[in-house]
Amino acid sequence: MSKQQQHWEKTRGLLFVTLAIWFVFSIGIFFFGAEMQESNIRPFGYPLTYWFTCQGSLGIFVILIFWFAGRQEKIDEEFGYSEKEDD
Amino acid sequence: MFKGKFIDNLPKIYGTYTGGFLVFIILMAIAEQAGMSAKLIGIFFVAFTVLIYALIGYLSRTLQVDAYYVAGRQVPTVFNGMATAADWMSGASFVAMAGGIYFKGYGYMALLVGWTGGYVLVASLLAPYLRKFGCYTVPDFIGTRYGGNAARLCAVLVLTVASFTYVTAQINATGTIASVALDIPFGIAVYVGLASILMCSMLGGMRAVTWTQVAQYIVLIIAYLLPVFWISNKLGAGVFPHFMLADEVARISELESQFGLGTVKNSAADLATVPKGLAGITKAHSDVNTTPWKFISLAVCMMAGTASLPHVMMRYFTTPSVKSARRSVGWSLFFIFLLYSSAPMLATLSKLSLMDPNLATGIIGKSIADVQALDWYQNWNQANLMFVSDFNGNGTLELNEFFMGGKAVVLATPEIAGLPYVISGLVAAGGMAAAMSTADGLVLAIANALSHDLYYKIIDPKAETAKRLIVARVLLVVIGFAGATIAALEIQGILGSVIWAFDFAMSGLFFPLVLGVWWKRANAQGAVAGMLLGLASGTAYLIWVRTGGAGFWGVTQLTFGIVGSLVSLVSMVVVSLITKAPDAATQRMVDEVRVPSGKTVLGKQH
Repeated sequence: MSKQQQHWEKTRGLLFVTLAIWFVFSIGIFFFGAEMQESNIRPFGYPLTYWFTCQGSLGIFVILIFWFAGRQEKIDEEFGYSEKEDD
Repeated sequence: MFKGKFIDNLPKIYGTYTGGFLVFIILMAIAEQAGMSAKLIGIFFVAFTVLIYALIGYLSRTLQVDAYYVAGRQVPTVFNGMATAADWMSGASFVAMAGGIYFKGYGYMALLVGWTGGYVLVASLLAPYLRKFGCYTVPDFIGTRYGGNAARLCAVLVLTVASFTYVTAQINATGTIASVALDIPFGIAVYVGLASILMCSMLGGMRAVTWTQVAQYIVLIIAYLLPVFWISNKLGAGVFPHFMLADEVARISELESQFGLGTVKNSAADLATVPKGLAGITKAHSDVNTTPWKFISLAVCMMAGTASLPHVMMRYFTTPSVKSARRSVGWSLFFIFLLYSSAPMLATLSKLSLMDPNLATGIIGKSIADVQALDWYQNWNQANLMFVSDFNGNGTLELNEFFMGGKAVVLATPEIAGLPYVISGLVAAGGMAAAMSTADGLVLAIANALSHDLYYKIIDPKAETAKRLIVARVLLVVIGFAGATIAALEIQGILGSVIWAFDFAMSGLFFPLVLGVWWKRANAQGAVAGMLLGLASGTAYLIWVRTGGAGFWGVTQLTFGIVGSLVSLVSMVVVSLITKAPDAATQRMVDEVRVPSGKTVLGKQH
């Protein structure tokens, strides 16, 4: 397998992990909205589903993107595909 | 004071700007104490900020193609994040979203999840790859990746339909705010709003829009957060509302059942007397009050729509590198998060101020005559955003007898909570900034697609730079006027049109964009079929449901993108597979796009 193919393989792997986490917090948990609302886990005292829609999922997305960007930069470096700083 | 290059001085320049704006707010507060009238304060706020944007727009004028289309590709990561946040957060986010949450609760919070979750798709599926491609516009990518004018033309079509639907809503929002703040009729205010929008974008294209959007973000975020924190502290609800409003949320649930929410229903005859566009509270504040599918389908549409809307995507064409495009998406979402996580808090505070009989501001349970005598009630009743009526004739205001327009939650809450008028003026300036920045991005996206892709790439490829830029500017004005004319007709509410725009974009562009990067086998025929059939089926479904059709799978007029994009995906895959695979050159191009380093696929100037 060529260097480029390996790079793409890893990039795709990262994409699947990222999208899986994204799916859980944007779609997955909301199948159980009513159940979560009843739960005793109450971040900052808010009902759980309410908290996820107000802050939880949103905050997780922010962190997820920065994490994804960091991982992708590592992959690019590993294969020597990073851009030069001067551009 | 500012030596050296403009770009290196950005933190200083915008730091000074922010300081200057805060001083302006303080001066206005002093002027209010000294007896300046509320009307004059409103005019000062809106006029002052709009003039500043126009000045930035003028200073950023340019005669270069790559500065006009992509701001010279030198916008630093964090500043691009701010500009994108302003580009993204429209009048709907600023003025209408808290209202939607106020009235519908959980069902509308799908918008919060959808409008943020979409950025994960932007970061991982598209933005870095389109930046590497080096295109000027989104149809530029489609046209070059798939080859042929047909694909380019279809992309221009979808872009225009989606963005135009969106921009009429934004011009409508600027008109609403300008008409309230400057006290002029809506029909004229719409054109005042348009003039301000064009002043920011006409001379400098993307470069001017970028630097005004950063300035607009600063105004809008101050204007949104300041009242939320102030009201929260004033009510004693918490120093930091985002983490401390749990008791208030619980208190609202208690009051809702006490006031008979959901059990006391208004008769149709009573409701007919309520002015059009106003609504009462009919849904619980924090309960899960909708089916999982309804919530999820709306969130999915907003997420896929986010990843397909060209005015957002083109912001990532302006960063210096692929790496910074990726990080810039994270910063964009961070800046958006600051406002979005505050919207439910504002809805909570607003509702509690109105409902809680223990608070001085509470009106439910008071006598109707007292409420009608309130200053702020009279103001907003006159603006057609508030209404009370004694349906049951008992002389007291019940929860089901109070009606409000969605926009009032943001615009009127500071006044209701008894904040000085200077805050209301600030909020009006913030709403204006939000609507203007988005309208600018959208008008520019449409005009650039028409001037670059339709005019330069298809009609007259030999056109000189000067001529191209004149065409671009003429189109900008024409599209602006068309948008304002339709906005003046007020066909659909702000939030409704915005949601439609997402559905249109998702129907036609989501899969052709994503598969262009992630599926080498996708070809021009497939992309054309995907765009046209996707857009056509989505539109057909919308018309069918609007004209009384039953729909299927629980897909409503707000989520028709689900039907459109599925048709788009299936037709694109099927047609691609039964026609010839793309040639070797195209395949190589896709390989190149997938690698961050090296030259862009399209030249620096094309």
